[in-house]
Amino acid sequence: MRKCSLDKLNLIFAEIAKDAALYLPADQTDGSAAYKKWEEGTALSDALNTVRSPKDFFFPQTEDLMKFKTQGKNIDIIDIRTALEDFVIFGVRACDVKSFDILDRVFLTEPVDSFYASRRSHGIIVSMACTRPSETCFCKTFSIDPANPAGDVSAWKSETEIFFEANTQKGEDFLNKISSLTEECDDTLVATQKEAINKIMDKLPLKNLDTSAFGGGKTNELFDSPAWAELSQSCLGCGTCTFVCPTCQCYDIKDFNTGNEVIRFRCWDSCMYSDFTKMAHGNNRLTQKERFRQRFMHKLVYYPENNDGLFSCVGCGRCLAKCPISMNIVKVMKKIGGNKSE
Amino acid sequence: MQKITREQLIEKASALLSNSTVSCVLGWGMGEFDYDVTPTTFNSVEELEKGFVFSDFCGANFSKYLVKKAAACEGKILVFLKPCDTYSFNQLLTEHRFDREKVYVVGIPCEGMADINKVKAICGEGILSIGSKGDKMTVTTLYDDEPVSIDAKEVLAERCLNCKSKKHVAFDELLGDEGDVIESNRFDEVARLEAMTPDERFAFWQNELSRCIRCNACRDACPACTCEKCVFDNPNSGVENKSPANSFEEKLFHIIRAYHVAGRCTDCGECSRVCPQNIPLHLLNRKFIKDINEFYGEYQAGAEEGQRAPLVDYTTEDLEPGEVFDRRDSDA
Amino acid sequence: MQVNEYKPLIVAFCCNWCSYAGADLAGNNRLAYPADVKIIRVPCSCRVNPMFILRAFQRGADGVIICGCHPGDCHYTSGNYYTRRRMAALFSMLDFLGIERERTRVEWVSAAEGAKFAATMNDFVEKVTALGENKRLEDLRCKK
Repeated sequence: MRKCSLDKLNLIFAEIAKDAALYLPADQTDGSAAYKKWEEGTALSDALNTVRSPKDFFFPQTEDLMKFKTQGKNIDIIDIRTALEDFVIFGVRACDVKSFDILDRVFLTEPVDSFYASRRSHGIIVSMACTRPSETCFCKTFSIDPANPAGDVSAWKSETEIFFEANTQKGEDFLNKISSLTEECDDTLVATQKEAINKIMDKLPLKNLDTSAFGGGKTNELFDSPAWAELSQSCLGCGTCTFVCPTCQCYDIKDFNTGNEVIRFRCWDSCMYSDFTKMAHGNNRLTQKERFRQRFMHKLVYYPENNDGLFSCVGCGRCLAKCPISMNIVKVMKKIGGNKSE
Repeated sequence: MQKITREQLIEKASALLSNSTVSCVLGWGMGEFDYDVTPTTFNSVEELEKGFVFSDFCGANFSKYLVKKAAACEGKILVFLKPCDTYSFNQLLTEHRFDREKVYVVGIPCEGMADINKVKAICGEGILSIGSKGDKMTVTTLYDDEPVSIDAKEVLAERCLNCKSKKHVAFDELLGDEGDVIESNRFDEVARLEAMTPDERFAFWQNELSRCIRCNACRDACPACTCEKCVFDNPNSGVENKSPANSFEEKLFHIIRAYHVAGRCTDCGECSRVCPQNIPLHLLNRKFIKDINEFYGEYQAGAEEGQRAPLVDYTTEDLEPGEVFDRRDSDA
Repeated sequence: MQVNEYKPLIVAFCCNWCSYAGADLAGNNRLAYPADVKIIRVPCSCRVNPMFILRAFQRGADGVIICGCHPGDCHYTSGNYYTRRRMAALFSMLDFLGIERERTRVEWVSAAEGAKFAATMNDFVEKVTALGENKRLEDLRCKK
């Protein structure tokens, strides 16, 4: 384990930014935090988390895939992929680091998504332990430990110092680069911090969420639950939950005619939208109840069914904080899961 | 801080359910925390007792829900409307969006609703409970040993700080007074922006709109946006890009969204309340309202049922589009 | 000889019953106005929806002008009165967002006013040329 004083954090950022683009959560003018590219003067935010999740780095909200040019009957297909350079995402929380695993299982299994794969291989993740979790946090439900975040390098921040530990070869290389600015240390201070975090985790209001009602194979049991109608009755059908979610991975592929050429791009899509997976015959989910059910069944049943029981939620709490009508996965889990145990 | 209590509302709703005036109640459903209430339909007194809440966080405008819920409810639906909600209610009635006969409106007084983001800005994350007594709120958090006492005024939602009216413009029954239209400074921020140079204004909006994630929450929560099929949901419209590919699309979406409700927007502030990125979208709507007031005379959408919206009306003496700026420049 | 002289692209929405014929008259009378004014014929100036204007900018226009019948002379009695209100509100909003106000204009040009049509276009092109390229409402994807 290596450490350095927080005064020197800016020097570390400068050192990293020499060979790789460095992104970190920074405060925005509205008071929330967002990942920003570091430049001299950018300060690491103290916010618990960013409004948008860091999935943007690997799976951006819009991404051009290719271009077409037509001339007479010829169509030229232009490959616009360019060689990526390494980049560093600094200060990723444990929940968000876990979300990358969930996305990997979608994008990196055959057929591999080359756009995602290339970004993923160039990204170095420096995670950061959470010292002040929010009441909306429920990562423990999904066996995520905010005191021990994964990633290439894990970091812990105290009032005065920052501690680093490498978890992968990439992480080792990363720490070597900044070795002149850090010094070797033991893990006593970090161990104390971990203990403090665990104490807080035990006090969180959502610590005892029960997932036993969900998982692979529960489709028939849960699909026709009368609770879906009740839970979804006030859903506005906006895409806030899906767009702030670190694990939502649905996208649409569209063509944009610029007048000179056609750009084929993909953009995030939301199962909450009326035109989601629209086909020639129309939409296969006619009401908001079905769209709403799809989102939660996907996270809690369909995804685990196909991925060894892994739920596609990391308990980051973004949807709890951002839903305009305060309907969210926790309420769904309590209502649907709770009914069963009653 | 609210003058009216949960118990009074439950009592009223129970009475109306029991004497069969209404068959269901649109109210606020209890959440996980003290601030995350969800609009919910209650069908019985038991359901009300179990899940109905009323607090400083019951800001959602119920009027739009009536479009769907009034039709879905077998008999009449009881809805509790705050003064600002009644303007949207009238506007929707004017546009024939629901059947007035299916709705029973109980007007309730409102002392202004709180913004949880403002509470968190003061008390930090980890809020366990929020109590309210008089002008004070008591917040207990994970990280403070003692409950924190805050001034309720300090955490008022932006739209409530600039409340335009405490008057109920539509109701079947009132709990409390009818209330009055009040003086507000709601156009001050618009005027501040107007006084900037175009470059400053452009930079301001570029910064604000760059945060947009195109979740459409502003549109979906807006009581004036009730098109069956929105142009932004129509794959054949050419503008149905689900996410903003660049800053042009951010501007396109927000200009058109605000324009489509211009003259019909009652300034209820739902757009800004629901924005996950805290974009001050109400300023776009207020700009239209301010302009309409200045160009065509004072107009408050929803003040009366059946009003003709200014942008679907005209006089032969109207201002020319080019004179818009001459007028403002001469004022300055 | 000037190289790469900047010539703005202007989109002119012209009412079929007046300014479109006015443009014709300007042509018949050999009155000069820049060829970079692209005319789109609309059945009435009030057919122009704000989306048309924004999309014209998106597709590379540097200025957008709407020409309709003089107030009181609308072929459909009142269309141009609606145009007048709508565009006043829209232009004011564009200005509010910091977009140059000289890039948008409404003019009333009758079928008999060929000279006014040419003069209006010349003046508008001059003003937009002074502003330069449309940067604030551009869509980079559509740039050549």
